[in-house]
Amino acid sequence: MVDAPLRVFFNEMYGQDGTVRPSYRRIADWLAATPPDVVELKRQEAEFLFRRIGITFAVYGAGGDPERIIPFDIVPRVIAADEWALLTRGLEQRVAALNAFLHDVYHDAEIIRAGVVPAAHVRTNPSFREVMVGVDLPHLVYSAIAGIDVVRTGPHDFYVLEDNLRTPSGVSYMLENREMMMRLFPELCGQNGPLPIDHYPDALLGTLQSLAPVRCKGEPTVAVLTPGLFNSAYFEHAYLADRMGVELVEGVDLFVDDDDVVFMRTTEGAKRIDVLYRRIDDDYLDPEVFNADSILGVPGLVRAYLAGNLGLANAIGTGVADDKATYIHVPQMIEFYLGERPILNNVRTHDCSNPEALAYVLDHIGELVVKEVQGSGGYGMLIGPAATKAECAAFAAKLKADPDGYIAQPTLALSASPTFVADGVAPRHIDLRPFVLSGESVTIVPGGLTRVALPEGSLVVNSSQGGGTKDTWVMPPAAGG
Amino acid sequence: MLSRTADNLFWLGRYAERAENTARLVDVTLRLASAPSGQPAEGEGSAWHSAIVSAGCEETYYARYNTAVAQAAIVHLVFDRENPSSIVSCIDAARRNARIVRTAVTSVLWEALNTLWLEFDRRAAEAVAHNDIAALLDWITTSSMTIRGAAVETMLRGDAYWFLQLGTYIERGDNSARILDVKYHVLLPDHAPVGSAVDYFQWAALLRALSAARTYGYVFKRPIEARYVAELVILHPEMPRSLAACLGQAQRYLADLEGAYGRRHACQELADARVQRFAELTVDDVFAFGMHEFLTEYVDRNNALTKAINEAYLVYGPEDVVAQPAAQMQEQR
Repeated sequence: MVDAPLRVFFNEMYGQDGTVRPSYRRIADWLAATPPDVVELKRQEAEFLFRRIGITFAVYGAGGDPERIIPFDIVPRVIAADEWALLTRGLEQRVAALNAFLHDVYHDAEIIRAGVVPAAHVRTNPSFREVMVGVDLPHLVYSAIAGIDVVRTGPHDFYVLEDNLRTPSGVSYMLENREMMMRLFPELCGQNGPLPIDHYPDALLGTLQSLAPVRCKGEPTVAVLTPGLFNSAYFEHAYLADRMGVELVEGVDLFVDDDDVVFMRTTEGAKRIDVLYRRIDDDYLDPEVFNADSILGVPGLVRAYLAGNLGLANAIGTGVADDKATYIHVPQMIEFYLGERPILNNVRTHDCSNPEALAYVLDHIGELVVKEVQGSGGYGMLIGPAATKAECAAFAAKLKADPDGYIAQPTLALSASPTFVADGVAPRHIDLRPFVLSGESVTIVPGGLTRVALPEGSLVVNSSQGGGTKDTWVMPPAAGG
Repeated sequence: MLSRTADNLFWLGRYAERAENTARLVDVTLRLASAPSGQPAEGEGSAWHSAIVSAGCEETYYARYNTAVAQAAIVHLVFDRENPSSIVSCIDAARRNARIVRTAVTSVLWEALNTLWLEFDRRAAEAVAHNDIAALLDWITTSSMTIRGAAVETMLRGDAYWFLQLGTYIERGDNSARILDVKYHVLLPDHAPVGSAVDYFQWAALLRALSAARTYGYVFKRPIEARYVAELVILHPEMPRSLAACLGQAQRYLADLEGAYGRRHACQELADARVQRFAELTVDDVFAFGMHEFLTEYVDRNNALTKAINEAYLVYGPEDVVAQPAAQMQEQR
């Protein structure tokens, strides 16, 4: 029932020589021993459970069912112990450099003065927040919750596609996917199975508490700030608040008093808040400072933040470090701040604001992936090899009109992992979003969200573009790999 | 607990209860309308007109239809998402409130409500295809009981549970008062004297809508008479859908909140005073005061109690009048 090994791409299960890689042996045995109709039955059961529990994802402008569930593939993706060790070191290094960069650009801007990163990229970046200049944060942490998108192209080749330093989502799917696998296949996940991940909410709470303002005495009160029910990630906001045992608040639940202290309205009166895990973008956070029309935010929140009465995760202004133009400079940041060589690769990126690079991109548009500098979620991108001539021509016109707004990258041969599809199990392309928690210390729970491009040959894993997810297994050192 | 969470729980209780009461109302009207009562089948004097009035849908119904007829009334009261008091709208609203406070209710309660919401359209299509609305109404009532059972059997006895129950009983008292008022004030046609066969049949139907037909016989052991029906539905604290019982439950949950929070508000004063008054009341007092006037006052005082609960718990801040979108969303009919 398993397709022939795919040779063009790195196959996570079969590797280069077509034999099952040690870390996948458990999965290969299980697939061989399980009849397809049983697998199909379990898949249906999973879908039914996701819907009944209400794990849904709203897709903007898609029409139809406003509460879709993200397709869940029941074949786990496995990461061997040594692979994970490499990833962990690379992720810690990268996020440390990005936080150092953020502190630097809002203070002395040494990296700009040293000529490593062009000033234009920073100061004129729409995500640069003037109010943050000179603000000192606990533990110098800006992005306390970072989601780093990683792809694999070979046995030892991991590339970072994107750093998500603002309000990365997906961790609830990571946790729920494991729950689902434990429920459907307890024997498969049991002894000598993957390392546990369900301590993530505790680690998140600890990280958030460590970001409380210095003057906060006693145990800090933490809350999750959500834009509300109609946000695509609302389920995740509610889920994390629940698992941490903290309140899920909306802007209307909070107010800031004359002493710049933040309170929430409760049935027993006003209660002080010390740390907010906010899942609202900067622009909507505080109508006094940013978008004045915002009804999602809280007037005075930035006042309280700057007065040192509130911890915010993530900090305001992290977007300056994660757009696709800044991405180009991350390897240099690692060398500049840490004096180390980057462990994880960057994808070679053509900055279209450079005329030479633009000319190259226009000549090779059919081979490249072209992305908006400010875009996310797979919207507004062109995948050259998968696009028609007309689509390429139309995108080239957009590029010429606004070269500063785009970057281009070679099409990567994303690794593929066995996936349950209509006619059995076949390789499908995957990526990985591990979550890096930075506070007083750094925590990475073993795993992340694995996204899978379900259509054959597709390289787009975004859930907004029809991608699915898988459980992600990091194997303990003893279990081989 | 967040004030907004308490608000969502309160309205979750109200909407779920309203959906069930409307299902009961439509069910009993189907029976009334199909019986040889001598009532007109449509128009002002029909059972459907009284059902529309009782559900508080007079305005929305007659904005769209000229006269009360079975089919339009059923569509409006059961299926019409543009009518905020229709059963389907109440289920939507209950589920919307529950979804916001997912983590304040148990998964058993959430899944029971979500199942009702998920299956409604399919069940509705089946009911229409088989011309069997009664089966749909029966399913809604049973589902509602499952939801309430899930709350009673699985929720921690704390403020989340108390706000949910508070909404349930305030809504139920409101519905019982309305259904009684409609029978007394609207339904009985001029040509059918009190005590006639039509009168008898209508009182029996009302008891059935409140699941109290057998209770009546058990308590009074006599033929159905308006005076005793009124006594049962208004004054009997042992009858779970009576006005007295609903008020007593509301008082009880307000006392629980007072105990847990260590603070007494105007809403506790109001509830205690009303319960005190009910304890001293006889059915003769009600008739002397005027049944319609009495029931109208009950509904008004329910609204005043809701307002006091709102002020004590559901809105809070230095700017006490702050507009809460969650509160604006709720339909106070």
